[in-house]
Amino acid sequence: MSEHFPRIEPLGEAALLLRFAPTLDDRANRACVAFRAGLEAEPITGVVETASSLGSVLVRYEGDPEALEAALTDRLNARDWSQIVPPARRLWRIPCSYGGDDGPQLEEAAAMAGLSQADAIAALSSARVRVLALGFVPGMPYTGILPPEWDLPRQTGLTPKVPEGALVTAVRQLVLFGTEAPTGWRQVGRTLFGCFNPSRDRPIALTPGDEVIFPAVSMSELRDEAAADPDRHGGATFEVLP
Amino acid sequence: MIEVLSCGPMVTIQDRGRAGYLTQGLAHGGAADQHALDDADALLGQVGAGIETPGSPLCLRAHGATTVALTGAPMRADMDGRAVAWNTAQTLEDQATLNLRPSGQGVYSYVHVPGGFQTETMLGSRAAHLIANIGKPLTAGDRLPGMPQVLRPRKVTASERLGGGLLRLLPTPQTRLFPEAELARFADTAFTRDMRGNRQGVRLSMNGPGFATEAQLNLLSDFILPGDVQMTGDGVPYILGPECQTTGGYPRIGTVISADMPRAMQAVPGAKLRFRFVTLAEARAARSKRPEVSPLVRDPSEITDLLSLQLIGGVMSARDGDS
Repeated sequence: MSEHFPRIEPLGEAALLLRFAPTLDDRANRACVAFRAGLEAEPITGVVETASSLGSVLVRYEGDPEALEAALTDRLNARDWSQIVPPARRLWRIPCSYGGDDGPQLEEAAAMAGLSQADAIAALSSARVRVLALGFVPGMPYTGILPPEWDLPRQTGLTPKVPEGALVTAVRQLVLFGTEAPTGWRQVGRTLFGCFNPSRDRPIALTPGDEVIFPAVSMSELRDEAAADPDRHGGATFEVLP
Repeated sequence: MIEVLSCGPMVTIQDRGRAGYLTQGLAHGGAADQHALDDADALLGQVGAGIETPGSPLCLRAHGATTVALTGAPMRADMDGRAVAWNTAQTLEDQATLNLRPSGQGVYSYVHVPGGFQTETMLGSRAAHLIANIGKPLTAGDRLPGMPQVLRPRKVTASERLGGGLLRLLPTPQTRLFPEAELARFADTAFTRDMRGNRQGVRLSMNGPGFATEAQLNLLSDFILPGDVQMTGDGVPYILGPECQTTGGYPRIGTVISADMPRAMQAVPGAKLRFRFVTLAEARAARSKRPEVSPLVRDPSEITDLLSLQLIGGVMSARDGDS
């Protein structure tokens, strides 16, 4: 069945879903983030909540969906949303301890990418990735898109559990686990970021479109920086991007 | 203030949930049976946050007389030993206890006070969302702040929604990925509410094979909403609840309309459920109207100490009055 993108269709009885692409695509994801930011900056009457995912934008509304769909179509066609840089993005530096007990599958993932462990750490710790979407548990980021050599398939068997804060990789993405969970992704490192902490001033720190670097620190540096972090973000820092 | 004297597992404070955080991966959450909140609103005015129990026994004590509304799945309820009817608002006297025990009808029961419990607000809501680590189950000794207020006793005519039945569906963006024959078989299948179910979702079981899309799909993870009927890898349907994840990669064959979500969440294990696709117009027309309330007149059969009551106090002789 052929589908044309972007497309707008109903999701339940009180939301519209704007899908920009059927598969993971950097341009489409940039368009999702920018289009949603545009809706927040210049609201359309009747819209009560917006959200962006890997390849879509959710628009919850009250009232008449036909007028809203027409207004959304006009906005969609008004510009190339993949070229729009959303406002108020942050660049986060989230310290990560790679390999060893903190990244038990680094060696395996590096070999699959055709790299030595040292080169893999150098590549992952300098990669500047974008938060493509948040999900699975609150505030848990799916980031990317890594260079093509990191297009690793997920494991067929699940790792019984990775700890909260695990940095895992597959399909050109890095995911920072928000909870202890089983996963098919390979754990290459460990952070103490804390994706969601209801007791913090900002319980969820990240938002789609934010950028992230995971600089390499030792096992002990990771723990020391986290213990000294007054914001309880595992030693992470951020700057607001222009 | 209401004190929790004793309390079974997974009893939480719930309201209509917290909107606005889907983009950060946090579902709205909130009461599993929103119609029970409508009923409580009709009895007490805007109630806000109340207690939700998934059939767990609960014993509460009032500090300051206050009217309480009992809605949702009926429980066996008494106030200091005096049986009280469900779907009513009645006054719990100062220091009196309200004792609730499961009756086997429905799943989620609610206790509200006028103005709602003034427990801590997190991200714009008082609702516990245990999967997201927001709030905690109630335990013995908890004190729930409120503004005690005595209102007239009333009863509400609750919609029939316990014990399963028909759930109306809207199509999702993935519905058309299922072959016509599978959709027809889905609509003809009698499902049973499985033992496995909670505020995240309810598993269904059925005779016959699972429901599958045309090809093995590798769907891009996309938004899911409460009510979505998600087919997991083995083709077994789950109806997603208020604490479902915000995105998912399994196909959703349809989504239960909001008017029927209380019926889906109140179906007890073993209850029969069927599905029928409807249009958006039908879904919107089915949205609940304000429930009807009326003054509560106590049924003498519910009064255990009838003979001890002074039923004719205050009656005077007209002749005496003249003299």
